[in-house]
Amino acid sequence: MTALLEVQSLSKQFLGSEGKALTDVNFSVSEGEFVSIIGPSGAGKSTLLRCINRMIDASSGEITFDDRNVTKLKKKELKMVRTKIGMIFQHYNLVDRLSVIENTLHGNLGKKSAIAGVLGLYSQEEKEQALRILSVLGLESLIYKRADQLSGGQKQRVGIARALIQNPRMLLCDEPIASLDPNSAKVIMDHLRDISTSMGITVLVNLHQVDVALKYSDKIIGINSGQVVFNGSPAAITKEDIQRIYGSEAEDLIFDLGGIHAS
Amino acid sequence: MQADFFAKKRRNSLAFLLALAGVTLIAIVVTEYDVAKGFTSVPDAVAWALGNFYPTQESLVKLPGIIDKLVETLLVSIAATTVGAAAALLFAILGSNTTRVNAFFGSISRGIATVFRNIDVAAWAMILLFSFGQSSLTGYFALFFGSFGFLTRSFVETIDEASSGSVEALRATGAGYFSIIFHSVIPSSMPQMISWVLFMIETNIRSATLIGLLTGSGIGFTFNLYYKSLNYDVAALVVLVIVAAILCIEAVSNYVRRVIL
Ligand SMILES: Nc1ncnc2c1ncn2[C@@H]1O[C@H](COP(=O)(O)OP(=O)(O)OP(=O)(O)O)[C@@H](O)[C@H]1O
Ligand SMILES: [Mg+2]
Repeated sequence: MTALLEVQSLSKQFLGSEGKALTDVNFSVSEGEFVSIIGPSGAGKSTLLRCINRMIDASSGEITFDDRNVTKLKKKELKMVRTKIGMIFQHYNLVDRLSVIENTLHGNLGKKSAIAGVLGLYSQEEKEQALRILSVLGLESLIYKRADQLSGGQKQRVGIARALIQNPRMLLCDEPIASLDPNSAKVIMDHLRDISTSMGITVLVNLHQVDVALKYSDKIIGINSGQVVFNGSPAAITKEDIQRIYGSEAEDLIFDLGGIHAS
Repeated sequence: MQADFFAKKRRNSLAFLLALAGVTLIAIVVTEYDVAKGFTSVPDAVAWALGNFYPTQESLVKLPGIIDKLVETLLVSIAATTVGAAAALLFAILGSNTTRVNAFFGSISRGIATVFRNIDVAAWAMILLFSFGQSSLTGYFALFFGSFGFLTRSFVETIDEASSGSVEALRATGAGYFSIIFHSVIPSSMPQMISWVLFMIETNIRSATLIGLLTGSGIGFTFNLYYKSLNYDVAALVVLVIVAAILCIEAVSNYVRRVIL
């Protein structure tokens, strides 16, 4: 399998801050893979994800997505690449006052000319696709509802719909379940896993829950203080690895790990 | 240690009160303010107002003229606010951290708005008197500049608060600048912005009365005219009409706010 995404010696230093948020990060992700990025708060997970679609510009290093060097792209080419990468957020980032269907169709704006984009001219085909995606996600009865009237889990599914309508090659998910209750969280994770398995879309997820990461992923990337300290399959992860990722005071996490491996 | 903490707090409060009393005393001495006379003249003032400052039967014949001026003042205030809001929207989009084109233009447009905001409408009226003389136009521009500065600042805050999340999301889909403005920024911030515009219209109608005094136009001038010519009954009628108009406008804008928010 060829790599869809390749990150090489990626470093990021924010203007005006002392240490680096990311230091010499290297990893690659194959087409269709489900990868979880775990690490303590402030480790640099969000920064890493945002460097991939250049919401944040890296300080040095290279990112290759679909055989194109993302770090070198001009504005227009960058927009083209972004249309192929969906993004999902912890706080959903929907337009609260617009309906579910409008929020979903927003995923098409990247492909439109300036005028068609401003006027919101969506084709019949795009609208039908939106309906199909929404019904797969179980939202068909809510399409005209305003986003601010939805529950957290429903909002996140709209976020997923907005990403899927882009026909993306890859999804970047920044803590998609951090604000959800366990049941809604499971629904979202199941959908993401299904998207990866049945649609062949590559999924990169930042997670705080180690057990969830181990259960759903093909590969785990562990980050501590901006450095990759683990990169391998969930089955291969050990107590020592978890300790290296989360630091020494990770006793209860290690306890969890036993439970997961046993089941 | 606990007791000490509270004792210290009490000491601080006492010190603050003493300082306040001291400053008040100094102010009284410096301005040669006669405290006793200040209080005793209040009943006199009330008696005078009740005796002279009320509309009479005869003053009602002036009502149509007063209403004319009031409508002129209202229209000038509303026009100044809405045009100011349009300009403010443009500057706010350029000045907000969420939607600015780049840091340079961002600081420039916020800088311009700050200058306009920090000059009071009354000061604007005085400055503009030189260019436009005593006319409604002077009042119009004074209100326009004041509204522009204030609304730009309010709009910047509204944009940053209401739309930064969805702007990030749309940027990540590869959407262009104008698509983001029209599909994220405007829908998220519009109700809050309309609320600010309504607030500004209310404020401007109040200021328009004062501005009218300075620029010799509108309802403020009418009041001044009758007041200076000792027609206290008509002046009182003008005040009543202004109060009624402001209450109406407030009721309307509260209703609109309830509906859109
Ligand atoms: N815009 C910024 N400017 C300066 N420093 C930043 C900025 N964004 C993040 N950082 C710093 O970079 C480091 C990594 O932050 P990041 O948000 O990527 O962590 P994270 O792993 O996502 O944490 P969390 O799990 O809490 O979301 C932190 O030390 C943070 O303070
Ligand atoms: Mg984060």
